[in-house]
Amino acid sequence: MFIQQLVNGIILGSIYSLIALGYTMVYGIIMLINFAHGEIYMFGAFAGMILVVFYNVPFFLAFLLAMAFAGLVGLTVEYLAYRPLRRSSRLAALISAIGASIFLQNLALLIMGARPYTFPSPFIPKVYQTSFLTISKLELIILAISFLLMFALTFFIQKTKIGKAMRAAAQDMDTASLMGINVNLIISITFLVGSALGAAAGVMVGIYFRTVTPMMGLMPGLKGFVAAVLGGIGRIPGAMLGGLLLGVAEVMAAAYISSQYRDAAAFAILILVLFFKPTGLMGSFMQEKV
Amino acid sequence: MISTYYLQIIILAGINIIMATSLNLIVGYTGQLSIGHAAFMSLGAYASAIATLHLGFPFIAALLFGAVVAGLFGVLVGIPTLRLKGDYLAIATLGFGEIVRIIFLNLQITGGAVGLRGIPKQTTLLWVIAAAIFTLFVLRRILNSRVGRALIAIREDETAAESMGINTMYFKTLSFGVGAFFAGFGGGLFAHYFRYIHPNVFGFMRSIEHLCMVVLGGLGNMWGAMLGAVALTAIPELLRAGAEYRLLAYGAILVLMMRARPQGLLGESEQTGGSIRRKIRIFSRGADTLKKT
Repeated sequence: MFIQQLVNGIILGSIYSLIALGYTMVYGIIMLINFAHGEIYMFGAFAGMILVVFYNVPFFLAFLLAMAFAGLVGLTVEYLAYRPLRRSSRLAALISAIGASIFLQNLALLIMGARPYTFPSPFIPKVYQTSFLTISKLELIILAISFLLMFALTFFIQKTKIGKAMRAAAQDMDTASLMGINVNLIISITFLVGSALGAAAGVMVGIYFRTVTPMMGLMPGLKGFVAAVLGGIGRIPGAMLGGLLLGVAEVMAAAYISSQYRDAAAFAILILVLFFKPTGLMGSFMQEKV
Repeated sequence: MISTYYLQIIILAGINIIMATSLNLIVGYTGQLSIGHAAFMSLGAYASAIATLHLGFPFIAALLFGAVVAGLFGVLVGIPTLRLKGDYLAIATLGFGEIVRIIFLNLQITGGAVGLRGIPKQTTLLWVIAAAIFTLFVLRRILNSRVGRALIAIREDETAAESMGINTMYFKTLSFGVGAFFAGFGGGLFAHYFRYIHPNVFGFMRSIEHLCMVVLGGLGNMWGAMLGAVALTAIPELLRAGAEYRLLAYGAILVLMMRARPQGLLGESEQTGGSIRRKIRIFSRGADTLKKT
């Protein structure tokens, strides 16, 4: 029972981690809570569903196309709603992000309508069973894709030249641009990659729960953000850890306390962690100067 | 006579003025980003409604009861969370708001997911106007006093304020408590006008709406918060003709307004508000301290 719940939590958590990565990458560079990220996740899910259901595109190709599409949406949002406000107050940028989020959600509502769409699972339903654990093939694939993407991202940020430029821009944007880094390009790439990861999460949630709706981005968007803060916002390993922790905590709360308080558990954990570690689990100590 | 439709919009605008100005005290003047203001509104709404329904309180007593309950929760929540900075505080207040919503969805006395109905309609236009004037008067008195100067000092630079002998924790909690008190007050008026309340009415999007009013009007400017409250109450109604394009346009307007005037509609003028350049510096400084770690 416990191990089963743990595994369920990790599956949910790995999806939260992917969403949280998009928040944390953007925050790390431009210090903005990208409120539209939940909507980009929803756009990704829709793109995947439309390609698979209406155009019979093979699943993995549709998956990649959905990531690319959501990446472009992320780029556009950054260009239209965030870039003009980069030198303004952070709250102005936050409100702009909220506006973008409301806009995208209603755009989807207008195009697709309010009714939920079914996203059939592309895999033959198959269940592996041992004495203490039941796991479906779909769940294994979700786990595999999530961890693969997380490894790929870590490699990208730690080992490639662009990743190095991203880390430099995150440390100090002005100095980075003095060193010849095209900061605007790096920010665009960050949005592209973060949004694509969000879309990957969206597609996987779509096939996992078999439905896609225009409102689906709201709660996961919030949870992804919570996961990013839990791990220490701006920290990539923090987002992964935060997401997994949040997923496990939520499933455990639903199993052992009450399923009605499942969402409350996520937020209670957040407040508890912030109480003891005010900058998240992996966030470093902030030094203040006058 | 004004038709019921316009009356409802005016009353809602009045309640929103109370919500926006009280949030402005916390965000605009004290510099503490809160995105859980609707939670205090719901505490006030439920407390006052229960006071009227089950305890037989007269209207004014019920309103004050709701406000005091919300204010107490403001202090209780403020003490642990106000140690956090910037976005960490924001997410903690958001978390608190969601917890309140979920608890209200599952409690017996609040009617759970059915909501609380049958609250007598006692809020009139006169009450709302009087309440808004009262709120503005009290906030103005606070801001023009020693307390107000301490709050602004904290916003400008918390460490410097502390080294000048300001008890920052005390004043931040005070600001949070007073803001929550008036949010509860607004919630009570809301409950006794619409006669039906549901936890989801006070969800996270409502907190965001309050924040938008404050930022749109101009942070740290009470006239701005009022203007923002009226504008964001009126815009969705004016767009009603566009039916399904309404919220689409609303989102686009938020983005365009911020692009056109990042400092808010009235961001430049108030004497206590400090210059825009200073404000921008404060916020980007917040970013820098995070960045440097």
